[in-house]
Amino acid sequence: MGKLSLEDVNNMYLDVLKEIGNIGAGNATTAIASLLGRKIDMNVPSIKLMEVSKLGTAVGAEDQTIVGIFLEVQNDIEGSMMFLLDIPSARYLVNKLMMMDTSADKPFDEMELSALKEIGNIIAGSYLSALSAMTGLVIVPSIPYIAVDMAASILSVPAIEFGQFGDNALLIQTEICADVAINGYFILMPEQDSYEKILTSLGISL
Amino acid sequence: MGEVIKVGMADLNVCKAPNVITTLGLGSCIGLTFYDPVTKVGGLVHYMLPDSTKVRNNSNVAKFADTGIDELLKRVLASGANRGRLVAKIAGGAKMFEVSGLSDVGNIGARNAEAAKEKLKQLGIRLVAQDTGLNYGRTVELHCDTGEFYIKSVGKPLKII
Repeated sequence: MGKLSLEDVNNMYLDVLKEIGNIGAGNATTAIASLLGRKIDMNVPSIKLMEVSKLGTAVGAEDQTIVGIFLEVQNDIEGSMMFLLDIPSARYLVNKLMMMDTSADKPFDEMELSALKEIGNIIAGSYLSALSAMTGLVIVPSIPYIAVDMAASILSVPAIEFGQFGDNALLIQTEICADVAINGYFILMPEQDSYEKILTSLGISL
Repeated sequence: MGEVIKVGMADLNVCKAPNVITTLGLGSCIGLTFYDPVTKVGGLVHYMLPDSTKVRNNSNVAKFADTGIDELLKRVLASGANRGRLVAKIAGGAKMFEVSGLSDVGNIGARNAEAAKEKLKQLGIRLVAQDTGLNYGRTVELHCDTGEFYIKSVGKPLKII
């Protein structure tokens, strides 16, 4: 059997991945709602297959500062995933979680970074458990790593991961609304064999 | 200061004084510049991976150190730079996330920086300045009137090398 390249991920696969994105984001929203103790709405996520070299502009200007939370994924699926938040959204979540009212232009301190890591961990974890439940595959995430830096710098990490085996990357955008709109992006980076495993376990023959 | 020419990820271009050539938010990628101080011709490549021969899908030459640096050299020479006078500078190659172990994500920045040095040695072009590694992103600008290489990072003072 030939290797599946990301370019072969046609519309049918996109639909499947969109559904995973939908359920995953739904789980993640529930997790955030219980974390913050308030009702939260979610918009239908949009999923985009985009050129690796354009990934740096995927969530806004290349030099805009954003928060990136990165986890490695092991066991049945090998790879990594990333969760991205813009600064106002990240600040909002931290403020709600820590019951503070710090303004968005103040940099995050150690404590707040650690809270953000935990938020990323919960969101990514609930996303991965949706994927795991749907596919029956065992997916174990690593501890979360965090970076607050220019969007293009953070996105160079998934761009390089995808760039090793193709020219396209999958980006899932979700918007959740509490008092304010929270913009979050997921990027799932399975290694090539894992891609086939995900799709096969969903009953899609390659 | 003249016009500002922007180079994207996996992209390259050339530039002449008084213009400036820039790339935004280098993470683990490398921004490598060539510059001829006499004709004031320069060029910048923003590559992502160290070696095109390790990857099947390698049609975009600017994506890799080996093919990207070769192409940039060709382009600056075609724009009037003199090979004997060319000097190189590099920036980027950060480790954006403190991932433990020796995974790809952990060491790709360092491998990218190493690839530039090896390639320059092969070509016999001097590497006169570098600002690589550590854990933060860099926006870089090559000012072709002076050959100065500006490095901007979030929450850090401007660095000129």
